[in-house]
Amino acid sequence: MTLHTEHSASPRMEQSQELSVRLTRFARKNASQLGILSVFIIMVIVFVFTAPETFQSKDIYASLMFSVPLYGIVALPLTMVIIAGEMDLSFGSIMAVGMVGFWYAYDATNSIEIGFLVCLVTGFVAGLINGLIVVGFGVPSLIATIGMMFFWRGVVQVTIEGSMKTFFEARDSTLNSILVGETNGFWEHEMFWMIVVAILVWVILNRHQFGAHVYLIGDNEASARLMGVNVNRTRIMLFASVGLASAFAGAMSSLQLSTFFPTLGDGQLMPTLSSVFLGGTSVFGGTGTIFGTFLGCFVFGFIKPGLVALGLTGYWTQFIQGSVIVASVAMHIFIQRRVE
Amino acid sequence: MAHRLELRDIHKSFGEVQSLHDVNFRVEQNEVVGLLGDNGAGKSTLIKIITGYHQPDQGEMYFNGELVHDLTVPKARKLGVETVYQERALADQQTLWRNIFLGREIKNAMGFLDIKKMRDETHRLMVESMGFTSLAVTPDSVIKTFSGGEKQGVAITRALYFEADLIILDEPTMGLSLEETRKLLEFVRGIKAAGKAAVFIDHNVFHVYSVSDRVVVLDRGTVAGEFMTADITLDDLMEKMMRVAQTGSLD
Ligand SMILES: Nc1ncnc2c1ncn2[C@@H]1O[C@H](COP(=O)(O)OP(=O)(O)OP(=O)(O)O)[C@@H](O)[C@H]1O
Ligand SMILES: [Mg+2]
Repeated sequence: MTLHTEHSASPRMEQSQELSVRLTRFARKNASQLGILSVFIIMVIVFVFTAPETFQSKDIYASLMFSVPLYGIVALPLTMVIIAGEMDLSFGSIMAVGMVGFWYAYDATNSIEIGFLVCLVTGFVAGLINGLIVVGFGVPSLIATIGMMFFWRGVVQVTIEGSMKTFFEARDSTLNSILVGETNGFWEHEMFWMIVVAILVWVILNRHQFGAHVYLIGDNEASARLMGVNVNRTRIMLFASVGLASAFAGAMSSLQLSTFFPTLGDGQLMPTLSSVFLGGTSVFGGTGTIFGTFLGCFVFGFIKPGLVALGLTGYWTQFIQGSVIVASVAMHIFIQRRVE
Repeated sequence: MAHRLELRDIHKSFGEVQSLHDVNFRVEQNEVVGLLGDNGAGKSTLIKIITGYHQPDQGEMYFNGELVHDLTVPKARKLGVETVYQERALADQQTLWRNIFLGREIKNAMGFLDIKKMRDETHRLMVESMGFTSLAVTPDSVIKTFSGGEKQGVAITRALYFEADLIILDEPTMGLSLEETRKLLEFVRGIKAAGKAAVFIDHNVFHVYSVSDRVVVLDRGTVAGEFMTADITLDDLMEKMMRVAQTGSLD
């Protein structure tokens, strides 16, 4: 009898133990992502209950789907750059450089589609040039891309001489509605593109050799080189991917307004970088996730409308944004220490 | 039969420091060559030239009798070279399976990873070669918290997994326990028995003497001499090493 109970009890116990081990492992492995997820959920709950008029209406979510992707689409590939231990500060200027390409092509062909393609190519090439400078001259990317931030902005100013360009005819184009239109009067297509970019970058980072090398380079460059990883090529492609994404985001932003302002991308730096670090990517390289950055973008995006809805004046925005960023990064470091 | 590897007149400088000067070095098809020399003698620099990590300033390299230009790490690997580097060449914040397959991930033609296969292989290696018994360690464990010897075990296992026929071991016993060291030396003898070749670097003359067919002594970037272990006693070898350290000459 005793034997019998033992027999029936032990597999069940093993099973539940197995499950708890698995859960613990999962929590450890994804601690950082669970952290930012909690921040996000708590934030949503707080806003939904304290400012129900705003946060229980659809408008606020439509507006977030409209605005967050403009920096989110850049923050996602930028996450890879930072995981690789590099930095890029020039993406805001590249958004505008891409649109210079757009404008010349559009002016010449009167085609939004060709303009858009040229815009992407221009951004990609600009990023490629950033990468070549970092790798070729061995300038630390933080410094090189500060320089390139001014350089690319200068290219914009020299070429279009500070004037804004409008292309209201673009409103009726199919491409316009594909990129920045909406479905059922609610689903903003910008959001769809951000999800596409997130999936793409996630697959590259987690399922492709390129991504494996990104983690290795950021973790220990010497080891990566000793084991035959093509560090230079990987780095160049990283900067090129941020250039491409920047041009894409720049085109979206301009199509939303049917206008290209030469200042396009000027306010991009802080939302984009903040989102990456909110998401738990380490500035020292080697660790970071796309899921984290994706949520980080929305945590950042929620703050401003949340505060407005709570009736706080605009003066509070930066104060709270700053606090949330510092608190989140501290949380990530705390989690990291506890897990190890 | 051609030499497995032959280096002729290799020179290598880092700025002002001349690390290797006029070095000739060869490994036969089925031979274990021990490389001895003081700290900074140029041993690691020499093997990093063989693995394609450093490019020599001057000199020629032959693999199986064929002259090879512009050797790179992937190219050397294709030529059958595997290495345990002195600095281990691991990535601390990454998982065990990523470290085992560092730089040569199993992937398809498009470059997409076969993660399941890499995990399974890592699990197999953990059980069969690395002697990880703790249940806390899985292929998904981050190696940061591994002990020095465990990390060395990862670096060694990795070099063995890929079945090269010229295996280079730069101070592989570093951080290993007596028992693990014994296993490693046994393994080096196994390389010989399997008809393959190895270059073995260690500061312990006993280790080098006990596994090598031939010993090459490097001193301040040049080859000071070489001996067949069959022709020299351990005592004589030690005496000569001592003399090199003091006078820079073997006799
Ligand atoms: N990447 C480098 N840059 C500059 N100098 C280097 C570099 N690598 C090696 N050296 C120099 O070359 C010389 C030989 O170094 P090496 O590492 O080959 O010695 P070693 O024989 O392996 O020594 P140890 O037994 O201490 O490992 C040293 O003087 C070292 O400082
Ligand atoms: Mg050395």
